[in-house]
Amino acid sequence: MATHPTPTPPAAPSKRHGGSRPTPSDLAATARARTPVEVTGAQSLVLSLEALDVDTVFGLPGGAILPAYDPLMDSVRVRHILVRHEQGAGHAAEGYAVETGKVGVCMATSGPGATNLVTPLADAWMDSVPMVAITGQVSSAAIGTDAFQEADIRGITFPVTKHNFLVTRAEEIPQVMAEAFHIASSGRPGPVLVDITKDALQAHTTFSWPPKMELPGYRPVTKPHAKQIREAAKLITEAKQPILYVGGGVIRARASEQLCELVELTRIPLVTTLMARGAVPDSHPLHLGMPGMHGSVAAVTGLQQSDLIIALGARFDDRVTGQLSSFAPNARIIHADIDPAEIGKNRTADVPIVGDCAAVITDLVAQIRADHEAGRRGDYTEWRETTTRWSRDYPVGYTPPEDAEAVAPQYVIERIGAIAGPDATYVAGVGQHQMWAAQFVRYERPNSWINSGGLGTMGFAVPAAMGAKAADPDRVVWAIDGDGCFQMTNQELATCVINDIPIKVAIINNSSLGMVRQWQSLFYNERYSNTDLHTSVGSRVPDFVKLAEAYGCVGLRCERPEDVDATIRKAMEITDVPVVIDFVVERDAMVWPMVPAGVSNDAIQIARGLSPKWDREDDPATEQGLDADGSGVHHGTPGASALYPEGSAGGTGSGTDATSTEETE
Amino acid sequence: MSKHTLSVLVENKPGVLARIASLFARRGFNIDSLAVGPTEHPEISRMTVVVDVEDLPLEQVTKQLNKLIEVLKVVELDPASSVQRQVMLIKVRADQSARPHIIQTVELFRAAVIDVGTETLTIQATGNAEKLRALLEVLEPFGIKELVQSGHIGIGRGSRSMTDRALRSA
Repeated sequence: MATHPTPTPPAAPSKRHGGSRPTPSDLAATARARTPVEVTGAQSLVLSLEALDVDTVFGLPGGAILPAYDPLMDSVRVRHILVRHEQGAGHAAEGYAVETGKVGVCMATSGPGATNLVTPLADAWMDSVPMVAITGQVSSAAIGTDAFQEADIRGITFPVTKHNFLVTRAEEIPQVMAEAFHIASSGRPGPVLVDITKDALQAHTTFSWPPKMELPGYRPVTKPHAKQIREAAKLITEAKQPILYVGGGVIRARASEQLCELVELTRIPLVTTLMARGAVPDSHPLHLGMPGMHGSVAAVTGLQQSDLIIALGARFDDRVTGQLSSFAPNARIIHADIDPAEIGKNRTADVPIVGDCAAVITDLVAQIRADHEAGRRGDYTEWRETTTRWSRDYPVGYTPPEDAEAVAPQYVIERIGAIAGPDATYVAGVGQHQMWAAQFVRYERPNSWINSGGLGTMGFAVPAAMGAKAADPDRVVWAIDGDGCFQMTNQELATCVINDIPIKVAIINNSSLGMVRQWQSLFYNERYSNTDLHTSVGSRVPDFVKLAEAYGCVGLRCERPEDVDATIRKAMEITDVPVVIDFVVERDAMVWPMVPAGVSNDAIQIARGLSPKWDREDDPATEQGLDADGSGVHHGTPGASALYPEGSAGGTGSGTDATSTEETE
Repeated sequence: MSKHTLSVLVENKPGVLARIASLFARRGFNIDSLAVGPTEHPEISRMTVVVDVEDLPLEQVTKQLNKLIEVLKVVELDPASSVQRQVMLIKVRADQSARPHIIQTVELFRAAVIDVGTETLTIQATGNAEKLRALLEVLEPFGIKELVQSGHIGIGRGSRSMTDRALRSA
């Protein structure tokens, strides 16, 4: 939190008010001297934000929060970015938080303003994003009367916040704000909502900083237990087939450096989950890729076949484990997480470790180093050879479209990653494009990948990219979005244009709700119920290029494979306004590999009806070959012809043996 | 399933009960009974929650409760080393002929008649779940017109105090 470079010197008297009225900075200067100053609740709120080093707030005013917006206008340290929809403010705060590691802040009025924040709060809750949402509330006397724009936002957000407050007295504001920021950013990070009544904002009070925090029930454990670390090191030495299962906790703990040290020390293969892409560079030879429903064969099989899983800041989510009862049946589990409730929730841990990932890994490295010096060293050479072979034989690839004129969505994303490079930040919506962005962009640094993992919030990309770009203006930020997702939140392009936040948006336009369509192709006999969006096939509603232009963005369209690179490069050259590219892509492309929902991860398919070849010579699936879209194979890595069994290319698969239809995406 | 009694110390603030009830609901834990009231420290309230779960989900309940900012301490009361009580008020149909039998039963169970009507007697009984169930079985044939029960409350045996320990560690 305390990363603000230098305290702003007391500002000159505000010109706007002819110097007669102190600005928040004037007040802050006095308050920093620990002298209580006479203020309103609203001023106290703004002073608290300044004292907490908040530089950006995303929000939209309304009746109940109105008093807060008046002193906010005078603040020289807090920049308020006016969004077009409160959901955009919430996701922008998330993007800001992930990009910087600081607490993201959003603000809205009571009632509908506050309820529009529920989705981002739930999103931040599922993905452990540090965020504080400030909402106005009707006056305390009106609470409970169904007053105009009254909603019990505290009650509504109990299940989706780490904590929330209702403030009815002005004098509580500094303490509650300090507590909210502390809770949001410490322990397992998460969203905190502060609901402040209008009369509390209007009342007179005194402000002094720092306030005393009173959180007797909040004592997150960050230091791991030494005995558990020793026990974990012992299991690591004994294991023959260990694997590091790296989750988003490593990203939030900013523990990538420590993790890379652990990998170098032990030479244990690793996987990074959807939330942890970039925690270890994808180029690392021991990196097996992403595990889970759309994970790489090496990552999924690596976990399945391991005899020891070292889970770091991961939570054995159903998208990773598949059918839980058959997940990694022979593996013992070391489970390190800052949240004790995650340990043993889905899979029993043999060695539970509660602690901050950075501290856990640091201690683990020290212990293993000591063990090595004492002659206790695990040998995983054979296992490493096996996992490396899987990576080599089954790279994540894709089949180019039958129509040579058509653009493969995977190709577009691969090229954006290649051209924008590892220094860019990539932000995705939810669906096929999200999975492809996780698979085909090569992540080399933590926090270069921002997405909605747990909640799966369509419409996340544009506002989250806006938040990331606002936080880090010098960085290239790409929103890789779908045509469905984009239509949910593209109003924030107006915010981007007006506030000089030049993000780049690649719409992977397959004219469909693509992931749902994929499931309909696989499990519902190609009955495409309500998944056609008419954004490129048949009609162009809306025309994304015209839409972009209407907002004052540059709109580009790309419909041919040979134009992909040139279009991306053109977008890279435009740095003063947002760019929106309508990539019209083939609509039948599917996300592979895939483990159908509800079955064992052993049933991974690398293409429709096609399982990896090893130890399943008797499995009829290997005889089926590719389905209709598989006349040839394009790979992310050249020379990987071993992806498919001999003689299978060009065959027509009879469909999939995966029949689970219990879930849809 | 088996019954477990949890004693939960919480900050005495508005909304805490709703927050805890919401947690039980959304995590799919069933509450058998819940009682709440202030302790010897006015800023701390104590809840006694009886849940019907297996051991593993119980661990989840406890961990999830501990995550709530306003929860200070969660302890499972072991039946062997704690005492638990519940209060029950029972309105029983009692005509002239049944009345002596009912009063005799009340005495046997060390309960009390706290209201007398022309057709009914209202009985107050205190005890653990088994005793109260036994009393109800005996009264059932007379005709129970109305029954109200409090949640269970419980306290550890011996001189140790849960609140003292919670305050020391805070």
